[in-house]
Amino acid sequence: MTAAKNLREAYGQALVELGRKDRNVVALEADLRNSTRSVLFYNEFPDRYFEMGIAEQNMTSTAAGLALAGKIPFVHSFAVFCAGRAYDQLRNSICVPRLKVRICGSSAGLSDYGDGKTHQAIEDMSIMRALPNMTVLCPADGIEMTKMMEASVDWDGPIYFRVNRNELPFVTPEDEPYHIGKMTTVHEGTDVAIFACGVMVSRGIEAAKALAAEGVSVRVINASTVKPFDVDTAIELSRGVKAIVVAEEHTIIGGLGSAVVEALRSVTHAPVQFVGIEDSFGLSAENYEILLDHFGLTAAAIIGAARELLDGRTPAGNGREKVVSR
Amino acid sequence: MQSAKTASELSALAYRLRRNVLEMIGVGKAGHLGGSNSLAEIVATLYFSRMRFDPKNIHDPDRDRFLLSKGHAVLIQYSALVELGVISRDEVPKVKTLAGILQGHPDMAKTPGIEAVTGSLGQGLSIGVGMALGLRLDGRSSRVYVIMGDGELAEGQLWESAMAAARFKVDNLTAFLDRNSIQATGPVKDIFEIPAIEEKWIAFGWNVILIDGHNPTEILSALDSAEKVKGKPSLIIANTVKGKGVSFAENTAAFHNGILTKELYEKALSDVDSVSLALANGTEVRK
Repeated sequence: MTAAKNLREAYGQALVELGRKDRNVVALEADLRNSTRSVLFYNEFPDRYFEMGIAEQNMTSTAAGLALAGKIPFVHSFAVFCAGRAYDQLRNSICVPRLKVRICGSSAGLSDYGDGKTHQAIEDMSIMRALPNMTVLCPADGIEMTKMMEASVDWDGPIYFRVNRNELPFVTPEDEPYHIGKMTTVHEGTDVAIFACGVMVSRGIEAAKALAAEGVSVRVINASTVKPFDVDTAIELSRGVKAIVVAEEHTIIGGLGSAVVEALRSVTHAPVQFVGIEDSFGLSAENYEILLDHFGLTAAAIIGAARELLDGRTPAGNGREKVVSR
Repeated sequence: MQSAKTASELSALAYRLRRNVLEMIGVGKAGHLGGSNSLAEIVATLYFSRMRFDPKNIHDPDRDRFLLSKGHAVLIQYSALVELGVISRDEVPKVKTLAGILQGHPDMAKTPGIEAVTGSLGQGLSIGVGMALGLRLDGRSSRVYVIMGDGELAEGQLWESAMAAARFKVDNLTAFLDRNSIQATGPVKDIFEIPAIEEKWIAFGWNVILIDGHNPTEILSALDSAEKVKGKPSLIIANTVKGKGVSFAENTAAFHNGILTKELYEKALSDVDSVSLALANGTEVRK
């Protein structure tokens, strides 16, 4: 049995811990406290909690003001609204002056499976990555979520936490130290390198185990710091493999796949394939698993991509059969 | 804390700021003359008579904060910071050049004395509310002053922050509305008129005060009365003249962000200098 934890719960508990350690930690919320689990902070520190109502733009710039007054504000909403609704406020109020504001993009990716296109953030990492000064973190499990929060205390400038809504199996070792800006190998191998983040790390490990049974040795890398990207380690871990697969619960445009290829652009490297969402919005589904399957965000897809590259096949359209959700 | 000044001293300082603005814009370079000059008396009164702001200790956590939500008018703030010695006068001709530290819009990273990044309109009041909340959490008595434009009021975020300020009872915040009635492309009444502005802010839970924004006595008394109101933020609606003090730039959108020819530049300087001279001589100036 694999242990698992809900990432939102891990986030909320870690926030309370930070609040206990530093009285400058404050939280802002846009009427989603039960979903984002900022409610845990509210329960313990009501005086340092600002319910801003359903007004994400004001919330985001207000956080800038709090940071300028010496506070460490944590801003909460669904990822899709953090990155989209309040983009210009993030850009100008926070990223230009490089303020120590933390943005909790909750229910990220397809993890809010029921709510459909308008609520599923499939492009948030592209948006956040494009912003100068922004740090983008996508934890793979509850253990890493907690460590990220602890590590964020000493990290300057804004941070975007991409928080999955659901329980994810533990894939990161509890006793290993965590550093923002570093990627880690979670499964050793030599033939194929799989770079993954978030929910796709566990699927990458699943793929690696299946391929091992066929004699293919696969290295799985948890690239949870999507920005600033650990370029040197990415190059190091790509050296000598015959195929590179990047797996992310995100559009293939501008996310982790782009970060990997940007990192490798000046070195000779193995062919790269992306397992991600092919330029489309999400969909409502009855559960998370079904939705991930629908968009091909599976261990099978990772295996397929690795085999294609190892066999030297380049299918028409440079990829898997496209899933289009119109 | 700046020493208290008389109204006529503040008027004279306002014209000194207007002259600095003109020197920053110079000849052949676009600059936000109109919306900077409409603010000269308000900025002079705040920086030279009202705010706790020590030019020798600009990071003092107990200072009052000045935020231009209408960030494009930053030339008038630069002008005050030059007079206070926070910014070197050598920077005046280098506005908006790679060699200078004075950016087109407020930039904390480049310019001392700038308290926030503003310029994307509608965000300054929210930032001010956040600062006011943070200062209050720390038990500081600092006040936050935010200046908005009347064209800017079309930004929805300002109304979000207006609601939040009232909800959180941030009485350590005073906002100004620089009602110069002209926005970038024409008169506000023709571009995007917003009716019943006073009534709206009152309905949103604010204490509202109306003044002549070019009269330092009225500005000072409005600030006094704003400070006395507890449990709600105050808005001082200042009726002003866009481009004030430069005859050809008054009440026109042409010099919202206009370019001055050599002739216009000379004319602008002489307009401003003649008022300065009259103020120095104690002569009543009426135009």
